[in-house]
Amino acid sequence: MAIKVLKPGLATTVQDLGRPGYYHIGIPLSGGMDRHALTAANLLVGNEEGAAVLEAVFMGPELEFTDDALVAITGAELPPKLDGEPRETWTSFKVKRGQKLSFDFLKQGARGYIAIAGGIDVPLVLGSRSTYALGALGGFKGRKLEAGDELPIGRAGAAVKDGRTVAKDLRGLPAAMPTELRVMPGLYWHRISETAGVGFFGDTWKVAPEADRIGYRFRGGKPLEFVPREPPFGAGSDPSNITDACYPYGSIQVPGGTEPIVLHRDAVSGGGYFMVGTVIAADMDLIGQLQPNTSVKFVKVGMDEALAARKSRAELLGKLRSALA
Amino acid sequence: MQTRFSYGGDEHIFAEVAESMSLQAFFKGLFVTNAVRDARIKGVTEICPANASYQVKFDPDQIKPDDLLAELKQLDSASETSAPVIKTRIIEIPVLYNDPWTHETLMRFRERHQDPNGTDLEYAARINGLNGVDAFIKAHSSAPWFVSMVGFVAGLPFLYQMVERQRQIQAPKYLRPRTDTPKLTVGHGGCFSCIYSVRGAGGYQMFGITPMPIYDPNQKISYLRDFMCLFKPGDIVKWKPIDRPAYDAAVADVDAGRFSPIIRDVSFSLTEFNNDIDAYNRKLEGVLHGN
Repeated sequence: MAIKVLKPGLATTVQDLGRPGYYHIGIPLSGGMDRHALTAANLLVGNEEGAAVLEAVFMGPELEFTDDALVAITGAELPPKLDGEPRETWTSFKVKRGQKLSFDFLKQGARGYIAIAGGIDVPLVLGSRSTYALGALGGFKGRKLEAGDELPIGRAGAAVKDGRTVAKDLRGLPAAMPTELRVMPGLYWHRISETAGVGFFGDTWKVAPEADRIGYRFRGGKPLEFVPREPPFGAGSDPSNITDACYPYGSIQVPGGTEPIVLHRDAVSGGGYFMVGTVIAADMDLIGQLQPNTSVKFVKVGMDEALAARKSRAELLGKLRSALA
Repeated sequence: MQTRFSYGGDEHIFAEVAESMSLQAFFKGLFVTNAVRDARIKGVTEICPANASYQVKFDPDQIKPDDLLAELKQLDSASETSAPVIKTRIIEIPVLYNDPWTHETLMRFRERHQDPNGTDLEYAARINGLNGVDAFIKAHSSAPWFVSMVGFVAGLPFLYQMVERQRQIQAPKYLRPRTDTPKLTVGHGGCFSCIYSVRGAGGYQMFGITPMPIYDPNQKISYLRDFMCLFKPGDIVKWKPIDRPAYDAAVADVDAGRFSPIIRDVSFSLTEFNNDIDAYNRKLEGVLHGN
């Protein structure tokens, strides 16, 4: 069984839960930007939680099925249509051989996940089917989908019923706007002045158009003022430079002190810009659903709050699993 | 050297061995990260050595952040007493300096450069007090370089030259990063050279290009069959300047699957190196050429 890509959408890639273990040589985790939505899509169609799905950004693809299938769309509100007939998101539905799946305009969020019973059966590369496009690695031929591609689909496991749905409170999407992203200050926080630190958390930032799987850039806050120093050997002369180091996932680098960039699943693994802190793991899924121009406040938290948020995120996943068991 | 530790959110511990780059700081980071790997600490998922720092990623559901931090601090202090000796490899990398492809690219992005009227090589030669491009190429290629970090993108090595600080080449990055860099460009920013493993954005000065692939996600290239990335931190690189016919011949060899790079096992002692840098580098080059 296979799926024919009639139209690829804007940037549709094959993703699973990622490829840990190779960050030390510059190969990032990759995988779904919104892992909760990806997991939900898989559970809805009876797949393993980490089966490979399609991640579509802003605009859905158009797909033709060569066989009957069970499908679910989660994440962004990217309304699916089957041969032009509307279908629900967060709800599994049957597709018959020869039918075409397309999508209406994006209503909310940024990334939709398309799971098909059996999963996208591209080869495992370093233990994962995720696409890392910058390294031309994994996924479908190491790149985003193009018209004419034929995606192999694996054999579906035990049949599950269609029409299963995920309740709104289990979808893990933000409850209110402006969105808050919780940040643990640290890394090179000491490089900026106290006033700049207050401003960073006080200002309202907006998601810039440069927002992709590598990182999300933000604009609109005050430029950061640096503590004066002699540049250390190897760091470069700009006050925002450091001796090239590793970048944590979620870390916020601020080149030139002007526009913060939060690194995401396809993060560059290191470089020469200082970082003010790190978005906590519990809020990373949320970033992947932010559209350009969304207002965001960075909220200062400590380790205890980060771990509590992590726990509540895990509980949400637990409830999702029980609901779809 | 007192390592500065910081949490990178709830899943990373970031350790800055020193603010400035030095072989001593790099070696300490390499030793600690090796010790962390050997300790097989439960919950540790990634161990990333960098130039003068390192990072450990962990799962806080498996190990308490404070417990891991305490363990890292202990391994970090214990590493002070280790002898700075490593078993590693020396690899010869052919380079066509002043090549047409990086030249075309640097001309395309000239308005983003410090010296819009010259080339990256001419600029780097001048600001390093070297008398012209040829003298610069000699300084760049006559002493070996350490792979002090692998990253940014897949398999990209950061290289630190094995000479006294006053002889080290320094160059700023482009005023604004380029959106394009040819694959296998030899670049330089700050005190680090690099080889761009893939085509893409970049901010380093561009000096030349190597015909020798260093990353192959399809693992078709003979010496990348075992693993898709050539470099590991601690590898030693010696550039070999080549001319255009030699470059073309090497590219043809790569395409035909008969290119075989010169890679030799070698042990490196930081103490012996520091005692007489030039003599030690000559010895390393001897190993490279089978002497």
